[in-house]
Amino acid sequence: MSHSALDSGTAAKGSKPAIDPAPGRPRGAIGQPPRKPRRSFLPYGLILPAAILEILIHIGPMLLGIWIAFISLTQLNLTNWLNAPFVGLQNFVNGLNPESTIGQAFFSTVGRTLGYTVLVVGFSWILGMAGAVFLSSNFKGRAILRTFFLVPYALPAYVGTIAWAFMFNQRDGAVNQILVDTFHLFGDERPFWLLGQNSFGAMIVVNIWQLWPFAFLMLMAALQNVPHEVYEAAAIDGATLWQQFRTITLPMVRPANGVLLMVMSLWTFNQFNVPFVLFGASSPKEATLVSPLIYQNSFGSWNFGLGGAMSVLLLIALFIASVFYIRMVLPKGADND
Amino acid sequence: MIETRNFRILRNVVLTVLCLWVAIPLYVVVSTSLKPLKDVAGLFQWIPREITASPYLDIWTTVPLAKYFQNSLIITVCATLCSVTVAVLAAYAIARLQFKGKRAFSLTVLSTQMFPGILFLLPLYLIFTQIRNLTGLQLQGSYLGLIITYMTFTLPFAIWMLSGYFASIPKELEEASMIDGTGRMGALIRVILPVAKPGIIAVAVYSFISAWGEVLFASVLTNEATKTLSLGLKAYASESDVFWNQLMAASVVVSLPVLIGFILVQKHLVAGLSAGAVK
Repeated sequence: MSHSALDSGTAAKGSKPAIDPAPGRPRGAIGQPPRKPRRSFLPYGLILPAAILEILIHIGPMLLGIWIAFISLTQLNLTNWLNAPFVGLQNFVNGLNPESTIGQAFFSTVGRTLGYTVLVVGFSWILGMAGAVFLSSNFKGRAILRTFFLVPYALPAYVGTIAWAFMFNQRDGAVNQILVDTFHLFGDERPFWLLGQNSFGAMIVVNIWQLWPFAFLMLMAALQNVPHEVYEAAAIDGATLWQQFRTITLPMVRPANGVLLMVMSLWTFNQFNVPFVLFGASSPKEATLVSPLIYQNSFGSWNFGLGGAMSVLLLIALFIASVFYIRMVLPKGADND
Repeated sequence: MIETRNFRILRNVVLTVLCLWVAIPLYVVVSTSLKPLKDVAGLFQWIPREITASPYLDIWTTVPLAKYFQNSLIITVCATLCSVTVAVLAAYAIARLQFKGKRAFSLTVLSTQMFPGILFLLPLYLIFTQIRNLTGLQLQGSYLGLIITYMTFTLPFAIWMLSGYFASIPKELEEASMIDGTGRMGALIRVILPVAKPGIIAVAVYSFISAWGEVLFASVLTNEATKTLSLGLKAYASESDVFWNQLMAASVVVSLPVLIGFILVQKHLVAGLSAGAVK
């Protein structure tokens, strides 16, 4: 099993028809006349179910979500929402005014979520990179370690979070056992981890634990493409390990990095599961993120218009982000239509 | 990198730290799941004083875990099967055929994959309410309602991953089959599907895993009868007590199916993720 599982990935990628054997030839035209009329309907028939579902579960709801931001929707008219009064930009003005309490909470939540994203993605990347670099070398037990490192990623998100909740939860829990009793980090104090300022840090730790295997997975795949001879040549020239890492490894993973960091950032920015399982329906105010805030406004205080207005802002931000993502994932001219 | 002595020392240190970091929470879960309740409260014991299997027996009676299991299974399997079936067709069209609107379609699929459930939750909730008002069909708290909402994240992912897989299969395979007179659909069914089977299974397992761990939709759109595992486990915590040992035992039981599935398809999953998500 020392043969790398990732090799099949690179093989599959490598065998991607980089060279079309006969680019000018119309496809399906070998030995028989091209069947034009059939070919023109087939693609639409194939995408029809997916297109209908996309409209029903994504596009329709998204448009409705935008509409909600402009109506006054409360608990009272929830069941009769088609007749809810149109209030224009009122929800945005009321809720997102930086002078108001709600507005301040919103903007500080966005800021906090950005900080959260940078920390979680940054540390996950570093851990993933460390794992990928050292598991790219050959040694006994490598295959087992690779699978083991992926376990936090494969576990249901709530299970990983429950495990950490237990470790953080009690003052006598495992985290304080390690930090206070073993390393004497806080003197005699046993901090509460799921309250106040500490809860933000606890949430970050849980999220890194769940996310870093993904970075590890992707960076391992990227490192498979680095030929070993390059390192040998560098070593002969007297390059230190750090120099090899900086001048060979880092540049080689750069293409994968763009999309990897983008995907991880979007997931983390939208994080809902970790705070929801760790803190319940309403997070401590020092640890509230954007998705849970929208949830609290909508299903906690039944202020759907406000939740809708925040959703629209989130939608715009994600739309801009996904334009960048698409540019990275779909190289220009990748599909020629 | 070159395996000098320094490299090996550094490797041992880093890999040990990473192992502990991954292993400690897993160890805490498993060891707690084997302790009697009296040993769970108070100072955490790294080495259990007493080992018992009773939490694994009690989890089924303290809360209706079997019922939650059944709910999760029905919803997750249906959402996965629907997504993969629909996605196979669409992904084949994206990977192989040229048609007007292809770019717009793939861009829509790709971008909706990035949007969080919270954006769709309230609108879908309102649509379900309207459907109930108009037709009397109750989607909130029904399996069907949850299956539909779970497809908001399983479908775009499946389409995107599968089109990556299909694109990596040499075109010559289908062309050979079409010369034999099978037509495009025949080639898809007889040639592409068997070749792409490992990839399709990997995508299905991954969809299954993400649906199995879903919390947000389940928290709003389930009721007592359709509650899934992700919410059902909360029931081990009552107002006064948390049955941590049972909660951990249930966590182990709930994780095993997805963990086994993940390990079995790991190889193909990695290939697909790096081909589909991160090119």
